[in-house]
Amino acid sequence: MSTAAVPDATPERSPGVQQDPAGTFGKVWWKHLLAILALLFAIFPIVFVISAALNPAGTMSASSLLPRGFSLANFRDLLQDPARPFLTWYKNSLVISLLAALFSTFIGACSAYVFSRMRFRGRRAGLMALLLLQMFPALLAFVGLYITFSKIGEIVPPFGLNTSWGIILVYLGGAMGGSVWLLKGYFDTVPKELDEAALVDGASHARIFFTITLRLVTPILVTVFMTSFVGVFGEFMLASIFLTNADAQTLAVGLYGMTVGNTKFALFGEFAAGALLSAIPIAALYLVFQKQLAGGLTQGSVK
Amino acid sequence: MSTDPSPEPTGTTPSGAGNPMLFHHGKTPAWALAAKWILIALALVLCGYIAMRLSDLGYTMWVVLVAFVAMIILAVYGTKRAVPMKYLLPGLILMLGLQIWPIVYTGATAFSNYGQGHLATKEEATAQDIAYSVQQVAGSKPYGLAVAVKDGEPVATGELYFLLTDPAGKNFVGDAKGLTPLTDPGVKVESGSISTAPGYRILNLREANRRSKDLANFAVPTANGGGIKASGISLAFEGRPTLVWDKKADTITDSQTKQVYVARGARWVPKDGQGQPLPVGWKENVGFQNFKTVFTDPTLRTGFVKVFGWNLAFAALSVLTTFILGMLLALLLNDPRIKGRGLYRSLLILPYAIPVFVSALVWQSMFNQEFGLVNNLTHLNVDWFGNTWAARSAVLLTNLWLGFPYMFIVCTGALQSIPDDVMEAARIDGASPLRMLRSIIMPLLLVAVGPLLIASFAFNFNNFGLIQLLTGGGPFNTGNAQIGSTDLLINMAYRLAINGTSPNYGLASAVAIIIFFIVAVISLPGFLRSKALEEVN
Repeated sequence: MSTAAVPDATPERSPGVQQDPAGTFGKVWWKHLLAILALLFAIFPIVFVISAALNPAGTMSASSLLPRGFSLANFRDLLQDPARPFLTWYKNSLVISLLAALFSTFIGACSAYVFSRMRFRGRRAGLMALLLLQMFPALLAFVGLYITFSKIGEIVPPFGLNTSWGIILVYLGGAMGGSVWLLKGYFDTVPKELDEAALVDGASHARIFFTITLRLVTPILVTVFMTSFVGVFGEFMLASIFLTNADAQTLAVGLYGMTVGNTKFALFGEFAAGALLSAIPIAALYLVFQKQLAGGLTQGSVK
Repeated sequence: MSTDPSPEPTGTTPSGAGNPMLFHHGKTPAWALAAKWILIALALVLCGYIAMRLSDLGYTMWVVLVAFVAMIILAVYGTKRAVPMKYLLPGLILMLGLQIWPIVYTGATAFSNYGQGHLATKEEATAQDIAYSVQQVAGSKPYGLAVAVKDGEPVATGELYFLLTDPAGKNFVGDAKGLTPLTDPGVKVESGSISTAPGYRILNLREANRRSKDLANFAVPTANGGGIKASGISLAFEGRPTLVWDKKADTITDSQTKQVYVARGARWVPKDGQGQPLPVGWKENVGFQNFKTVFTDPTLRTGFVKVFGWNLAFAALSVLTTFILGMLLALLLNDPRIKGRGLYRSLLILPYAIPVFVSALVWQSMFNQEFGLVNNLTHLNVDWFGNTWAARSAVLLTNLWLGFPYMFIVCTGALQSIPDDVMEAARIDGASPLRMLRSIIMPLLLVAVGPLLIASFAFNFNNFGLIQLLTGGGPFNTGNAQIGSTDLLINMAYRLAINGTSPNYGLASAVAIIIFFIVAVISLPGFLRSKALEEVN
């Protein structure tokens, strides 16, 4: 969909740039100044959460930008809080994001393979319909989803409201349309001759798909997996509608619950500790897969 | 192949994996066949289970649909035909069931009055009204009562169940549909009423008191046309109803007060207009009533216009501010003379590496009036969430922080793809840096990131999470708890449907459908011009 070039968000190593000769700094010092200002804007909330999480007094009134002390009391309180099963939330978030991302990547890859490699009636119309459908985010149909799943819960309890499987299913509704265009574009760049050679050798379509195509498109699969993992991990609206039981909630819903009501000031230290721990999986993914995610960004996934 | 315009594989395409020469023997291995049939069998067993549950609960129509799906699964995977469908079917079923159906269902709900007090069919609702009118017959024996919700349902809003123990010691579950015997051996009775029942969460005195209003409107219809009502929270009695439904004339007559009720506006109202309507109404088609309400109801109409205006402004300003800051930073750091650019870049995108729910909640705490960091650092005393414009600024500032790294990343990418020789040529021609920015860099940049700006607008237009986590839609004007100053349309719909004291699914769906149309109008030009359409091959 996009025509943007893949940006390079990793540290720049342009070959054409020589070591700056002495004296250049005099001309660009103001750029350093502005960059540092921007940097302060970018990181002060992060510094603040870290300070609040490590603050021995875990209330909001005692919080400050820079750390005033060092204590892990907030983390201990959080993990032992009987009213807030933080570890369960963490597990739910990881399980739901992992399974939803795995399934949706696989479903997307299957569809993209067909749309890229096979010619059949309804192919063009199908691709268009998928593109059109993407204009309408699933969350707009939340009333229909909510009522449908409260009925499903009556019929097949493990897939109803307040279940991990239920919310995973909701996220999988858009699995096919969400990434098929991005995936198909990449599948198209894998030479067809490889398939044809395998076909001549008597390999079945399934064998070609699983042993040749999927291996050659691994980079885009990683990108799609990561973006959907990040998306599901941070999804709030549907999770907050579907998961009302403390034990079924995800980090997003659980942490939100800690910041509403009168207890939020006293719970602030625990909340900051929880926020810090919740940020770890995604931040780690970004550091490790910076390049793939940056590539995925320009292809139409927006945060 | 000859019609395939996709670029020839370049260096970016990985190679080396999967050597086609390996397929000398084209036979499918036995384990793959076995796995395939096991999966087919599992899918069919699942279909069978669902069909069984459906028929147990009386949804006969849906059994047919499940059987149809099972047949398609068998036809697609059990035969060698329909190869593309083998890959598309799982995604297709999920899409039809969980994306298209909810949209259609939301659309249908928008034309109904579905919501609190209008949840059941007319038959069921009338049965409840009649059951509610029961008066205790002299001498009837009381039941022991425990009020409960199903396990896992919220105590404050879950559907109520009566766990009843009759004088002979037999146990029953009663709901709005009727009585069913409760024979589970795990049921324990203490001093005449049930104290434990597997699958149910029994409400204690306080919880039950909180729901006294629901309890007053709750009665279990019995087979002989009477009903069981609560009397306090540990006793219930069976009695005869005073209401009689004349189905032919479609009226209800109260045999005691001689009041006649007629069906009007999906509930029973007194014919002479005097007195209260009966408590339970039913679900019915109301045509365009919900849409009319949105545009004519005095509070909703002004609220809707206000919310819509802010919604547009929020999305546009979010895109504008994040794009400008991101672009300026990208331009700033696109200078090879700056040392440590890599470090700057890595740190600048840090906000993007943190889940939005975490950042939004942290910003919410930083904007706290008394103890928040923003007021502390600036020595201001702004009530950020109590004042309309302060709250809106807070929302935009937070979204700027959340969104500028994205714009920074895409602008950096676009800048690096501008060919050096174009810039060199301009420089030789004597163009000033400002002129180069205006005439070369900006046009090329906008072409590259234009579609992303539109996508970002569409995303922010429905940025439910940010608003809900940061302000909850507030501040609210006094006397109007439905429309908040920072509400987006989607937040308004959410509150109407889920969060309010009396959910109105019909009205919420109507708002959602209106958002659908707005989103369609916004994205249609982009869709029509989309290059992807022309290139489908």
